Amino acid sequence: MKRTSFRRAVVPGVAALALSLAACGGGDAGASDSEGGETAVSGSVAVDGSSTVYPMSVAAQELLNEQNPEVQVTVGEAGTGGGFEVFCTGETDISDASRPIEEDEAAVCEENGVEYTELQVATDALTVVVHPDLAVDCLTVDELIALWGPKSKATNWQDINPEFPDQEIKLFGPGTDSGTYDYMAADVIGDESETTRKDYEASEDDNVLVEGVAGTEGATGYFGYTYYEQNSDKLKAVAIDSGNGCVEPSAETAQSGEYTPLARPLFIYVSNKSYTDNPAVKEYVDFYIENLAEIAEVGQFIPLSDELYAETQAALEGLQG
Amino acid sequence: MSIAATTAREVTAQLATGKSKDRTVGSLVFLCALWFSLFFGVMVLVALIASTAIKGAPRFDAELLTNYTSIVRPETAGFRAGILGSLWLMLFTAIMAVPLGIAAAVYLEEFADPNKPWNRLIEVNLQNLAAVPSIVYGLLAVAVMALLGFDDAGIVLGGALALALLILPVIIITTREAVRAVPREIRDGSLALGATVWQTTWRQTLPSAVPGIATGTILGLSRAIGEAAPLVVVGLAGSVLFDPEGMMSKVTALPMQIYSLTSQSREELREAASAAIIVLLVMILGLNALAIYIRNKFQRSW
Repeated sequence: MKRTSFRRAVVPGVAALALSLAACGGGDAGASDSEGGETAVSGSVAVDGSSTVYPMSVAAQELLNEQNPEVQVTVGEAGTGGGFEVFCTGETDISDASRPIEEDEAAVCEENGVEYTELQVATDALTVVVHPDLAVDCLTVDELIALWGPKSKATNWQDINPEFPDQEIKLFGPGTDSGTYDYMAADVIGDESETTRKDYEASEDDNVLVEGVAGTEGATGYFGYTYYEQNSDKLKAVAIDSGNGCVEPSAETAQSGEYTPLARPLFIYVSNKSYTDNPAVKEYVDFYIENLAEIAEVGQFIPLSDELYAETQAALEGLQG
Repeated sequence: MSIAATTAREVTAQLATGKSKDRTVGSLVFLCALWFSLFFGVMVLVALIASTAIKGAPRFDAELLTNYTSIVRPETAGFRAGILGSLWLMLFTAIMAVPLGIAAAVYLEEFADPNKPWNRLIEVNLQNLAAVPSIVYGLLAVAVMALLGFDDAGIVLGGALALALLILPVIIITTREAVRAVPREIRDGSLALGATVWQTTWRQTLPSAVPGIATGTILGLSRAIGEAAPLVVVGLAGSVLFDPEGMMSKVTALPMQIYSLTSQSREELREAASAAIIVLLVMILGLNALAIYIRNKFQRSW
């Protein structure tokens, strides 16, 4: 109770101060915001959601705090679904997501009167990896479904394709709570059940997957491109053929959309109300988008192409409205 | 030492040195089994601590304690927010759980009629509560916070509430045992000299039970300081870059930061997490040492 009254007393004051400063700065919105922020803006920002986007939101938090320690940001990693759950009841200001919001989640938001803006912040690529000695270099999407689909019974690589070596398949993948799993199950495999096969070694910890695939002959697994990049000496990435020939996973192919369907956008969802009412949220989001390339690099994601970045900036300007 | 224990020790020594007369196969097998159990238990612990300490060794520096966590500069990541957060949580956990726990225990031990069915129901429930998984207390705390009208439970008060609920049964049970161990003669003497029941409890029974109560409380707190599960449920954030400032301040805890960093991909962050595990162990050992010290200093024999 104390907190609410404290907020009521302080927030309008801070908001008025911020407004007056913004008015002084005027003109070029992007530049003046960060300058005004150094002296004026304070308050708290609650961020929760995808553990994939977590490093980016933490990087934004850190870099912002170097300039302005008065903006108190907390970042959690409840998962994309868990994040939307608290976001749509108004408990958090920003929700990190490794997939677009789903209809039933959006319905909860609407019910609670939480309006939001979706901002793409980076591109992530799923990478299918195999043990380095395995003679499999390229998989078609159909082969990927044969390997990971919910009805798959394949136990030997030759079950997938007779040209593949005669070796037992060992599968490693993220657990069912992770956004990476959702992405693979719903968007890549696209089965109605939105599941993958269940007889694989599951771990939420990508390091366990890396060690598992690197240490087991005939093993395959999938996780984010950044994990592959850091462990490329231990693992072999498989190129993906979605009908236009084999495409190796890389920053360029993920951004251009060639590396489909295994490249995915990462988002932050900003509550419109928090953005307009809480200057700290505005400060954080503006900083986040302004320094997106640097933050994506720190978070080890593929930064947005110029075109996509322009789209994100346009969406943010719509919010500033 | 009991007679059984002394005898067992002598027999073991004789078996080991070959002086015993009943050196049968069975007794030797039993001896080996005992040694194996001991060896296994101790070795697993030593191996775990040693491997964690070796992994975290490059990060045993002042920055580990004074810096905030960092993804931008993972080699200087620290646990300042987590360490301070854990201390704040412990403070408010103790403020909430200790008076309630002691009061409940004194009521049950000194005032309640053990034959009344509701008192027996309370007793059975207390025993059961002590065995409830910690994550359930997190859910309970979220519900209580929502009832109290907080939109956000990820603050010092919410975390401390979950931890207080978690250790309350432990405090009640250990306090009851400590109060029960105070000899009846002390109460009788006090009452005979004309003191009221209240005066007797407040000035004689409770002071005599302090070592037991303090030990139980500190052991309860050292369990609470290592918990992450109920705090995750309550909604504490993994990444907080400011110091907690009070009961309503957003906070994180050391075990939560360890949990969050061990699942990051960068080696530096996992090294830092290993070093933080050692810091957490030192904090817990410190609490336990304090418990032993208090017990020895205030222990009385009758």
